Amino acid sequence: MLRKILILAATFQLFGLPPEVEAQTQDASQANSALEEIIPILATARRNEVPDLVEIIANSQDSRRRPFLESLLNGQIYFTRDEERVVKVLRVDDQFQINDALSNEELGLVGTRAVRRVSVNNSLRRTIRLLIAGIDLQDDDPQVRLSAVEYMVAQEAAESREQLLQLQSEESDESVIQAIEEGLALTDLSSKDASLRSSALDKLAGNLNSTIRNSIRDMAENDPDPEIQAKAQDVLYSIQSKVELYGYVQTLFFGLSLGSVLLLAAIGLAITFGVMGVINMAHGELIMLGAYTTYVVQQAFPDSIGMSLFIAIPAAFLVSGLFGILIERGIIRFLYGRPLETLLATFGISLILQQLVRSVFSPQNRQVSNPEWMSGQWQINEVLALTYNRLYILIFCFIVFALLSLLLKKTRLGIEVRAVSQNRAMAKAIGVRSGWVDALTFGLGSGIAGIAGVALSQITNVGPNLGQAYIVDSFMVVVFGGVGNLWGTFYGAFILGIGNKILEPWAGAVVAKILILVFIILFIQKQPRGLFPQKGRGMEE
Amino acid sequence: MIAILLASCIIFPVFNLLVPESSAFHISTYLVTLFGKYLCFGLLALALDLAWGFCGILSLGHGAFFALGGYGMGMYLMRQIGDRGVYGNPNLPDFMVFLNWTELPWYWNGFNYFGFAMLMAAFVPGLLAFAFGWLAFRSRVTGVYLSIILQAMTYALMLSFFRNEMGFGGNNGLTDFKDILGFSLQSDVTRAVLFVLASLMLIIVYMICRHIVKSKFGRVVVSIRDAETRMRFIGYKVENYKTSVFVLSALIAGLAGALYVPFVGIINPGEFAPLNSIEIVIWVAIGGRSTLYGAVLGAILVSYAKTRFTAIMPEAWLFTLGGLFVFVTLFLPRGLAGFFSDLKTKLGKKA
Repeated sequence: MLRKILILAATFQLFGLPPEVEAQTQDASQANSALEEIIPILATARRNEVPDLVEIIANSQDSRRRPFLESLLNGQIYFTRDEERVVKVLRVDDQFQINDALSNEELGLVGTRAVRRVSVNNSLRRTIRLLIAGIDLQDDDPQVRLSAVEYMVAQEAAESREQLLQLQSEESDESVIQAIEEGLALTDLSSKDASLRSSALDKLAGNLNSTIRNSIRDMAENDPDPEIQAKAQDVLYSIQSKVELYGYVQTLFFGLSLGSVLLLAAIGLAITFGVMGVINMAHGELIMLGAYTTYVVQQAFPDSIGMSLFIAIPAAFLVSGLFGILIERGIIRFLYGRPLETLLATFGISLILQQLVRSVFSPQNRQVSNPEWMSGQWQINEVLALTYNRLYILIFCFIVFALLSLLLKKTRLGIEVRAVSQNRAMAKAIGVRSGWVDALTFGLGSGIAGIAGVALSQITNVGPNLGQAYIVDSFMVVVFGGVGNLWGTFYGAFILGIGNKILEPWAGAVVAKILILVFIILFIQKQPRGLFPQKGRGMEE
Repeated sequence: MIAILLASCIIFPVFNLLVPESSAFHISTYLVTLFGKYLCFGLLALALDLAWGFCGILSLGHGAFFALGGYGMGMYLMRQIGDRGVYGNPNLPDFMVFLNWTELPWYWNGFNYFGFAMLMAAFVPGLLAFAFGWLAFRSRVTGVYLSIILQAMTYALMLSFFRNEMGFGGNNGLTDFKDILGFSLQSDVTRAVLFVLASLMLIIVYMICRHIVKSKFGRVVVSIRDAETRMRFIGYKVENYKTSVFVLSALIAGLAGALYVPFVGIINPGEFAPLNSIEIVIWVAIGGRSTLYGAVLGAILVSYAKTRFTAIMPEAWLFTLGGLFVFVTLFLPRGLAGFFSDLKTKLGKKA
C-alpha cells in the first residue's frame, strides 16, 4: 500500500502539469531530488508498475535519466536484496561490482546472489527506447535528433506524434525537419480524414523509404476512397519507377566494379601479352603474390591496418615486379618469337609459384582484413548504397590506368617500350637496349599484377588458387579489347563487366558468364583482332 | 612403337589374368586400369598433335572434345544401370529422380543403344569442332586468339555442365556405372578386354594419322602450318584443310574420352577445366610435337610421373612438373622425341 501511495505522490508531483510547462517551472535541484526519490521505488515495484515509473523517470528533466534508462535497457540495473537499494552492476569475474544507479559512485564488490535484476521485458524495452528517443529529440546534436526521429517514425507509435509535432515547430535543422515531415505524413496516411490522407500522399510522392512505400502500396490496393486510391496508384508508380531507375544505377555500379577488377587483373597482361607478345600464364600467380604481400605487410603492422595498404601497394609492385624480371631474364628471353612456347614455360612457372605459396604459407586461405575506411557503404538514399571497398577499387583502378598510360606515353622508358614492341630491329639499330627494355616491361606488367593483387585481397579470398580464378578472364579481356592497346583493354574490361552484370539479374550468374564467353567467341570471329586492332602490315605474324 | 603397343596388348592381360597373384610377374588390375587410362590419354595427345603439330592449331580446348566424348559414353553407361540405381527407377537416372524430373530429356533418347552412343561420342565433338573451325578459320582467327577462344569454349562448357538444369548430372557428373554391353565393369576380364581395345584403338588411330600426315593432304597441311598466307596465294582453300584436320582431331579426342570413362567409372564437369586442356598441350610438348609417337609417349610418361609423384611426395609434384615444363621448353624445344632423334644422328655420326 505504501508503495502505491509513493508512486501516486511522485506521479502527481511530476505529472501535475504538462511536461513542457513543468520544465520551465521546475528548478534543477527539485528534479534531482525527485529522481532520487523515484528510482529506489523500482526495487519494490510490481511488474505492472514499472512502465509508469520508467515514464516518470523519463519525464524528469534530470540529465542523469538517459544513462540510467540505457543501463536499464541493457539489463544492468539491479537492486540489493538486503537494503533494497537500486544499483548499477558491472560484472567482474565471478562477482558483481555495484555502483550507485545515479551517481555511478563505486559501492564495492558483492556476490552474484546478493542482488536481483530489475526485469525488463520486450514491451518495456520498446517503451524505454521510445522514451530515450523522446529525450534525444531535445539533444543539441542534429544527428542525434535525426536518428531519434527516424526511430520514432519506424516504430509508428501513436504516442510519438505529439512529440514530433512539438519538435517540428522548434527544429532548425533541414534534414531533421524533413524526417519529421515524412514521419507525420506517414501517420497521416492511416488517418480517417480523406483530405489528410490526400495531402500526405502529396508530401510523400517520390519518397523511397520502404515503410512508406509499403503503406502507399497498401493504400493503392485498399483505400476506401476511389479518388485517393487512384492517386496512391500514381504516386506508387512514380516511386516504383524511381526505385527501378536507382536499380539500374546500382547494376551499373556493380558492372563498373566488376569491370575495374577485370581491368586491374588484365592490364598487366595487356602489357606483357599485348606489348611483348608473351603469353604469360603465370600472370595470375603474380596477382596472387601481390595479395600475399598485402597479407605479409598486414602481419608486420598489425596495429595500423588502415595504413598498411599504402605500404602494401609499393611492396606488392616490387615483389611481383622483381619476380617478373626474374622470370623474364631467366626464361622468357630465350623464347622470344615463339609465343606459344612461352605459354608452356610460364605455365610451368605458375605451377611452381602456386606450390611455393602453399609450402611457405599454407594451402588454406589467408585472412586479409579490410581497413576501417574501406568497410561499410555509402548510403546515397534508401534504395541505393555503394560499398566503399568497391568504390575505392574503382577509383584506384582509374588512377593506376592513368599513371600507366602516362608512363607509356610520356616517359623515356614508355617510348622505348613502344619502339621495341613495334619494331625490335629498328629500335636496336637506333640504340635502344632492347634486352633491358624487355626486362623492365615485363617487370612493369608483373608489378601491376601485384598491385591488382592488393586490390583483390580486399574483395576475395587470398589463397593459392587466387590467380587461377582470374587468368582466364584476364585473357578474355585482353583478346576482346585488342592486343597491344591499353585503351582496348580499358573498354574491353568495362564492356564485359557491365554486360555481365546487366545479364545477371534475368539470366543468373552462371548463365550470364556463359553468355559473355559465347559473345566473346562470336565477336572474335567477326573481329579477329579485338575491339581496337593494331593496324599495319607488321602485325601479321 | 606399334610393336610395343602390340606387346603390351598381349602382356598386360596375360600377366593380369593368367599369372597367379602370388607370382612376381603378376600385373594387378589396378595397373591394367591405370595404363588403360594412359592409353586413352595417349589417344587424346595424338589428336592434339595432329592439330597442333601438323596444322599449327594450338587448341586449348581439346579437353572439351574429350569430355564430350566421355559424356557420350557416360550417358550410355548411365542408361545401362536401369533400375539398379539407388531410387530403382527403370526409366530415369538417379540424379534426375533426385531433381524430381518426370521424364527423360529428349537429348537422352537413344543413348541406351551402344552404337548410337558411340556415334554421338565422336559426332558431337566433331560437330562442335566443325562449327567452331568453320567460323574461326574462315574469319582467319589464328594463333593466340584461336587458343584463347578455344579456352573460352571449354570454360563456357564447364560452367554449363556444372548446372543441374543441363541434365547431365551437374556437379557430380555421371557415375555409379554397372556394366557395359552386359559385362560387369568391375570384373578383371572386362577391364583386360577394355585395355586391349584401347591399345588396338591407339594402334589403329596412330596408323591412320601416320597415313594422313604422309599423304598429299598431310603435306599440304604441314605447309599451311609453316606458311599459311603463301598456301592461300597458291590457291589452296586453307580454311577447308584446317577445318578438316580440326574436326578429325576432335573426333579422335571424343573417342578417347569415350574409352576413358569405363576405366575411371566417372565423368564430371571438372574434365572441361581449362587446366586439363593445357595439360594435354604439355604432354605433346614434352613428348615432342609433330612426331605423333612423341605425343603418345609424352602423355603416358607425364601421366605416369604425375601418379607416382603425387603418391610419393605431393609437395614436390608441382615443383617437378613446373620445372619440367620450363626445362623442356628451354632445352628440348622438340621434346623427348626430338632429343632421341638428335641422339641417334649423333651416335650414327660417331660410328
